[in-house]
Amino acid sequence: MLSIKLAWQQTLNLWRAGALRVLVFALIVAVTAITAVGFFTARVDSALTQQGGLLLGGDVAMLSDHVIQSSYIQSAQSLNLQSVNTVEFASMVTFGDDNQLAQIKAVDTGFPLRGDLTIGQSTLDAGVLVKHGPKQGEVWIEPRLTNLLAVKVGDQVQVGMLDFVVSQILVREPSRGGDMFNFAPRLMMHTADLPATELIQTGSRVKYQLLVAGAPQAVKQFYETTAPLLGRGEKIQDVQSARPEIRSALEKARQFLGLSAMVSLILAMVAMVLSSMPYIKQSLETFALMRCFGAAKQLVLQVLAWQTAFIAVLSAIVGIALGYIAQLGLEQVAGHLFVDALPPIPLAPIGMALLVSLAMMFAVVLPHAWQIRHLTAMNILRRETIAPNASNQFKYLPAALVMVAAIFWQANSVKLAAATVAALIGLSAVMVLLAWVCINASVAIMDKAATSKTMNSIKMGVYGLKRRMGLSIMQMIGFSIGLTVLMLLALVRNDLINSWQASLPADAPNRFVINIQSDQIPAVEHFFKQHEIKGSQVLPMIRGRLMTKNGEDMQNKVWKTDRQQRLAQREFNLSMAQDLQSDNQLLEGEWWRENDHGKSYMSIEHDLAKNLGVKLNDQLVFDIAGAPIEFTVTSIRKVDWDTMRANFFAVTTPATLNAFSASYLSSFHLPKEKVLAMNQLVKDLPNLTVIDIAALLAQVRGIMQQMSTTIAFVYLFSLVAGIAVIYAALVATQEARVMEATLMRVFGSSKREVTVAYLTEFVVIGFVAALVAVVVANGLAYYLSQYVLNISFQFNVGAVLVSLVLASIFIPLAAWFGLRGYLNVTPRQLLQSV
Amino acid sequence: MQHTPVIETQQLQYHFTSHDLNNNAQKIEILQNVNLTINAGEQVAIIGSSGSGKSTLLSLLAGLDVPSSGSVQVNGNAFSALDEDGRAAVRAQTMGFIFQSFQLLPALSALENVMLPLQLKNNPEARALSLAALKQVGLSERMQHYPKQLSGGEQQRVAIARAFATQPNILFADEPTGNLDHATGQMIIELLFEMNASQGTTLVLVTHDLTLAARCQRQLVLSQGQLTDQVTS
Repeated sequence: MLSIKLAWQQTLNLWRAGALRVLVFALIVAVTAITAVGFFTARVDSALTQQGGLLLGGDVAMLSDHVIQSSYIQSAQSLNLQSVNTVEFASMVTFGDDNQLAQIKAVDTGFPLRGDLTIGQSTLDAGVLVKHGPKQGEVWIEPRLTNLLAVKVGDQVQVGMLDFVVSQILVREPSRGGDMFNFAPRLMMHTADLPATELIQTGSRVKYQLLVAGAPQAVKQFYETTAPLLGRGEKIQDVQSARPEIRSALEKARQFLGLSAMVSLILAMVAMVLSSMPYIKQSLETFALMRCFGAAKQLVLQVLAWQTAFIAVLSAIVGIALGYIAQLGLEQVAGHLFVDALPPIPLAPIGMALLVSLAMMFAVVLPHAWQIRHLTAMNILRRETIAPNASNQFKYLPAALVMVAAIFWQANSVKLAAATVAALIGLSAVMVLLAWVCINASVAIMDKAATSKTMNSIKMGVYGLKRRMGLSIMQMIGFSIGLTVLMLLALVRNDLINSWQASLPADAPNRFVINIQSDQIPAVEHFFKQHEIKGSQVLPMIRGRLMTKNGEDMQNKVWKTDRQQRLAQREFNLSMAQDLQSDNQLLEGEWWRENDHGKSYMSIEHDLAKNLGVKLNDQLVFDIAGAPIEFTVTSIRKVDWDTMRANFFAVTTPATLNAFSASYLSSFHLPKEKVLAMNQLVKDLPNLTVIDIAALLAQVRGIMQQMSTTIAFVYLFSLVAGIAVIYAALVATQEARVMEATLMRVFGSSKREVTVAYLTEFVVIGFVAALVAVVVANGLAYYLSQYVLNISFQFNVGAVLVSLVLASIFIPLAAWFGLRGYLNVTPRQLLQSV
Repeated sequence: MQHTPVIETQQLQYHFTSHDLNNNAQKIEILQNVNLTINAGEQVAIIGSSGSGKSTLLSLLAGLDVPSSGSVQVNGNAFSALDEDGRAAVRAQTMGFIFQSFQLLPALSALENVMLPLQLKNNPEARALSLAALKQVGLSERMQHYPKQLSGGEQQRVAIARAFATQPNILFADEPTGNLDHATGQMIIELLFEMNASQGTTLVLVTHDLTLAARCQRQLVLSQGQLTDQVTS
C-alpha cells in the first residue's frame, strides 16, 4: 500500500532529521514506566497474594461454627482446587498432674496448603521449615505450652480420651491468624485422631475451617460462588481480609508504587506534548508539499495515521523491552524478599502500554490532522498556517483528555486521580497568572532600569520573555510540572518510609502479657524495672457487654451487616486510662482532666463508633459483671493499630471501674537476650499468658523494607521522566531562540550579550516555575499524606529553598548548554542553518 | 506549428474580504476578468509589479486555490470546478512546481526531496529517475546532503530536479530566481530552459526579472489584477 510505504519512509526521514528524538524518548519513558511498574506490581501483587495465602494457610478459608457442608468441598473439587479441613477448639491438656487450657488445632494431611510451619526439638531451637502437620498419634505444641506444663519432646500428654507423644515443638505457625487475645497456647494434632479424643460433643464451641488453594481464577470463582451461599455461622476469608495489620502496610506501598508510575506517565506525556512541535511542524510541511504535488487528502491523512502508528508501536516495543529489563532489576532488588520466586510475567501491562502509546501519539497528532483537512495547497506558497498555530490552545485538548484518562486508570482511586488532575489544572492556571504578572513586572522594572551594556542584554532577555509570552508560559508550565512531581515524590517518598519506620520502631512491642491479676502487678512491674524494659504500661481490662445506647436495646437490634452484629454482641474489653496513648488521635470531644477521674466518661474508637452509630454525648449502658453501668461518650478516638501496642475500643476514666474485678495486660519490647528471664517470670506466675508477636513484626518489617527498596527503584523512573520533561521544555522553544540569537549576532550583539540575554530569560523562567512547583508540590504532598496515604506531613523549609535555588541555577545552565553550540559558529553559518 | 491549448481561463476573478482596525469589511480585488490561453510546449512569463496578482494567478492556474468566479480549464477539461482532491489528481498527473523559497523539506536529503513526488505516484523507478534528474542538474555528488547543507543555488537546482523528475506536461515556476544572486540566477535560468527544451514541457513562470521573462516566448503583463498586455518574443 502506497500510504504505508510513504509513511515508513517519512518516519525514517523524520528520525534521521532529529525531529522525533525527544518525542520518541518521552514515549519510551512512558511505556517503560507503565510496563516496568505494571509487570512488577502485577507480579508482586500475585506474590503478595501468595504471601497472604501463607498467613491464611490457603488462598481462601471458609470458616464455620458447624461441620463444613460437603457441597462446599465438592464445589472446590469441581474447580480442581486443593482443599483441607482444620478443626479448632479449646480444651485442657494434661501432663502428669498438671492441666493447661490449650487451643487445639486438628489438621488434615495436606495442611498447610500455602506456606509452612516451623518445628524444633526444644523451646530455644530456631527450628526447620516443614510443609505438613503432625502424624496420627503425635502432637506438636507451642513453646508456651511446654513452659506451662514443663513438657519436653518425647513426653506423653493427654488430650481428651487419648494419649499423644509430643513429637515436635511448634516454633512458628504463620497461618495462626485470629484474635490474639483469645487464644490459649497451641497444640496441633491430626484430624484422624479427633474422634477418639471424644472432645467434640453437641454444643461444643468449635471452629471448622475449609482451606482452599489453586489457580487464581478458580480460587476467585470459588470465592465468588461460595460467598452468596453462606449460611448462619459461616464466613469466607480471602487473603485480603485475612491479616489487616499486613494489608495496611501493603496498601500504602501499592498506592505509592501506583503513584510513582502515574507520575512517570504524566511527566512523559507532558514531555511528549512539548516535544511534538518539531515533529508536527515537519510533518505538516511535508503534507502541504504532498498536497501540492497532487496527493489526495485521504492519502495524506492515511500517511499521517500510519506514520503515527509506526512511531507509537516502535516506541512501545522499545519501551516494553526496557520495561521488561527494568522489572528484572526490580525483581533482583525486591522480588526474592517476597517469595522464593515471583510468578510469571503477565501480559496485561503490554497491552496497556501499547494502548497508551497509540492513544498519546494520536492525541498529539489529531488536532493537526484536522488542520491538514482544511489546508489548501495554496498555503504552501504563502507559507501560512503550515506551522502549528500556537495560539490555538485547543490542540492540546485530546492529549489532555488522554492524560486524564491515563491518570484515572493508573491511580486506581478516583480520589487520588481527581486530586492529581485538579492539581495539574491548578498548577497550569497559577502558572499562567504568575508568569503573566512576573513577566510584566520584570518588563516594568527593566523600563526604568539604568542603561549599561550588561543591563541592555538583561533587558533584551526580559523583553524576549514578553515577546514570546505564550511560549514562555508553556515552557514554565512544562518546567513546573516536571519540578512539582519530582519534589512531590521526594517529599512523599521520604515521609512514607519515615512514617512506616516510625510506626514500627526497633523497640516496637513484640510481646503481650495478658491475664495479669491485680496482686501480680508489682511482680510484673518489678520484672520490667529489673530488665530495663521501657515504655510498658500495665493496663486494666474489664469485660462488659453493650446493652443500650440512649435507651435503645443494642443486643436485640437487627443490624445491617454481620460486622455490626458481631461488634454489638461481642463482649468488650473496657479499660481505664489517665492519658491518651501516643498512637491515639482525638477526633471529636475532649480527653478528661484530672478532676474528671472517677466520672463515668467514655472514649470510643471511631471505627466502632461509626459501625454502631455512637455519637458524642450518647449514653451507653454496659453490663459489667451483671451490673448496668452508664457512660457518657465524651470523645471519639482514632487508633493507629499498626503500632502493635495494646489498645482498647472503649476507655473510661481512672478509678471508675475499680469496684469490678479486672485482669491486666501489658505490651512491651522484649530483647532476645531476655527471653529466658521472661520464661522464668511465666514459671513464677503460671497464670500469665504471654503472646509472642515477634514473628509477625518481622514479617511486617520485611515487607516494609522490601517496599521501601522497591519504591526507591521505581522513583528512578519518575526521575528520568522528570528530566525528560525538563529537556523537552528546553527543546520546545530552542528553534525560535536560536533564530533570535542568530539575528542578535547578525545585528552586532556579542556572544556574551546573547548569553546574558538568554540566561536572564531562563533565570526568570526557572525561578517562576520552581516557585509554583514548590507551592503546589508541598500542597499536594500535604493532601496526599493526610488524606490518601494517612501519614503525617512535615513541611521542610530547607528543601523549599534548595529547590528554588537549584532550579534557578540549573534550568538556565541547561538551557545555555543547549544554545552554546550555536554561539561558536559564525553568523553566516547560523543564518544558513536557520 | 499546431496550437493546442493546455490552459485556458475565462473571466477569472479572485477577491477576498479583509477587516480593518475598526472591523470594517473591505473587499480586496486581486484578479479581475483574466482571460488567457496557454498552448502546449509554450513558455509563458507572467510579469508585473509586486501585488499585481502574479502569484495568485499562478496558484489558480495550478489549481492550488479556487477562483472567486470564472473558470480554469486544463487540457480542455474543467479544472477549477473540481474539488480539492480532483485538482490534486490532475496536478499529480500533469504538473510540476518550482518555488521562490525552494520548498525543500529539511528532514529529507536532496535525493529524498526529489523522490517525494515520484513516490506519491508510486513510481517504482523513483530512485533511478531522481538520481538521473540530480545528475542532470549537476548534484549527483551532493544527493545525500540535507537542504541546510546546500547553498541557495544548489537548493533551487534540487527543486528543478524534483520538478522535472516527474516529467510534467506543465511546469509552474514562482519567482525561481527571486532568492538567488544574479550569477546563480542566470545559471538556474539556463538549467530551467535547457531541461524545459529537452522535455518539451509547457512552462508558466512568474517573475520580476525581465531578462528571465524575455527568455520566454510570451510575456503576460499583470497590472492591478488585470491582464494589460501580451508580448510575444
